[in-house]
Amino acid sequence: MRSYRFRKLEDLIMISLAYAALIIALIPLASILVETVSRGLPAMSFSLLFEEIPPLGQSGGGIGPAIQGTLIVVTLASIMGIPIGVFSGIYLAEFRQSRLASAARFLNDVLTNVPSIVLGIFGWAFVVVAIGWSVIAGAIALAIMMIPIVTRTTEEAIKLVPLTIREAAIALGVPQWKTTLTVVLSSAKKGIATGILLAVARISGETAPLLLTILGSRFWFSGFTQPTAAIPLAIFNFSQSPFRTVDLPRAWGASLILIFIVLVINIILRYSTREKYG
Amino acid sequence: MSQHEKSQNFLSKIKSNRKKRFSEDSVFRATVLLIACNIFIILGLIIFKITQGAWLSIQTYGIKFLWGTTWQPFPPDPTVPPSFGALPLIWGTLITSAIALLLGVPISLGIALALSEFAPKSFNYIISFFVELLAAIPSVIYGLWGIFILIPFLQNNLYPQLQATLGFLPFFQGTIRGSSVLTGGIILAIMIIPTVSAISRDVFAAVPNSQREAIIALGATRWEKARIVMGYGRSGVIGAIMLGLGRAVGETMAITMVIGNSFNMFTSLFEPGATLASIVANEFTEASSPPVYISALMEAGLILFALAIAVNASARLVIWRSTRKIKEAEML
Repeated sequence: MRSYRFRKLEDLIMISLAYAALIIALIPLASILVETVSRGLPAMSFSLLFEEIPPLGQSGGGIGPAIQGTLIVVTLASIMGIPIGVFSGIYLAEFRQSRLASAARFLNDVLTNVPSIVLGIFGWAFVVVAIGWSVIAGAIALAIMMIPIVTRTTEEAIKLVPLTIREAAIALGVPQWKTTLTVVLSSAKKGIATGILLAVARISGETAPLLLTILGSRFWFSGFTQPTAAIPLAIFNFSQSPFRTVDLPRAWGASLILIFIVLVINIILRYSTREKYG
Repeated sequence: MSQHEKSQNFLSKIKSNRKKRFSEDSVFRATVLLIACNIFIILGLIIFKITQGAWLSIQTYGIKFLWGTTWQPFPPDPTVPPSFGALPLIWGTLITSAIALLLGVPISLGIALALSEFAPKSFNYIISFFVELLAAIPSVIYGLWGIFILIPFLQNNLYPQLQATLGFLPFFQGTIRGSSVLTGGIILAIMIIPTVSAISRDVFAAVPNSQREAIIALGATRWEKARIVMGYGRSGVIGAIMLGLGRAVGETMAITMVIGNSFNMFTSLFEPGATLASIVANEFTEASSPPVYISALMEAGLILFALAIAVNASARLVIWRSTRKIKEAEML
């Protein structure tokens, strides 16, 4: 038996180490937030938000088309991804015992973890080869990223709906499809909205799949079959620029906008799920 | 109309209603089933399309692609055909992921223990929000931060010291570069911490309290209690680590921005390198010709896909088995 003093000391050291790990992990987070705000804020201006992207190294202009492009691509991806995800989630939750459902559930997990660059390659091979670098290709790649997230959270949200609500509807003679689409879905809508927000937050910061599909551009949106700009792509391009004094402030400004979007969504998520767990 | 006829009428109405309802329900069922099948179609299409694109490279280089060490889309001598081999990319992917696990896992376990065993509950809520925020930050911002804040810091402070103390080891020798394999591994470590720590914390939280009470009753210290908890949740933690590995393997933008992108069979961690993901991100849009160049990049993507799926599927399996074990133990 080891001495009591040794065990006390070991206890103290290990607990301090655990707290130290916590602090070490929070340093990069603090550093990223502080640097993005302190370097991005001076670059913020009306023209950064609303003007066209200048060529690398040229002063003036902004990242207007990138903001527009991100909005368009994310919206289009959501239009494709959300209904598919929600209905797949309904299937997995309502017919959960079937063998097909458990296979689909497993593959859904697999799809969640496919590296995003692989989805970019797929978008390229599937769409870009046929119609060229385009908004559609990017939206398809991002929709594929969304679907498993939305499916999963929809399934979880529907499973949480109490059986009594369902029974009440069935006792009134409401057919199953109506029960699901009206009663069950509306009691699960908060959970589903959470999943959708989570998916949107995740895809709006994605760069790798967009690199291989929408390619990036300096100009305003010019059609769904044309290349377009996006905030993450703009950050990447500015960061690779040899003209650091001109382009870096833009990169940090764009990062600040992106971090702001992602943070706001995450805080909403945290706030809206608080009652459930807290 | 007699009473009997009336009731007969009513009955048949109900019956036809029920029939209609059944058919409506089966239409509904068929519709959601069809939509849910998207998952099979999507995965099938991804595998088919990428394999099709990589086919030229698979045919040209065969299995040797896996251990070839040259990557020459445009050989200096134009009569020589281009040649591709992915070993340095696989090497880069494995080494950066290994560094990420080596640095990230102890920190993540520390966080998970601090949150589930040591810290007061009120403190948990806000801290786990911050740790999860690490996962929400887009990877391109990690990359930007990596280039302009992390690299200067490491290059001027940490790396020279590291070389001074551990320089006798082969992987800390040579010129120190900021954009290097080690920096790539460090940034991956930061990026897997939220994944590994969140899942481990849930695993620890699922350990039944009877285990804790039993060891406390024997007079254990808090750390000894934590060791029992870790032992009980061991397989779940292994699953969490493997999910972290899956994330590290597939991570693209941040590592592309800091690893130096050099096709290089490195021995020192201070050398630049490349990973399966980074070479695709870095070269794909410029690889218009020759056709075998794009095909080779797609084969790199295919290897990455297979690697990520293997890692993640086994992680799921481990987690699934461990939660089942805990559930069974609770039932006893």
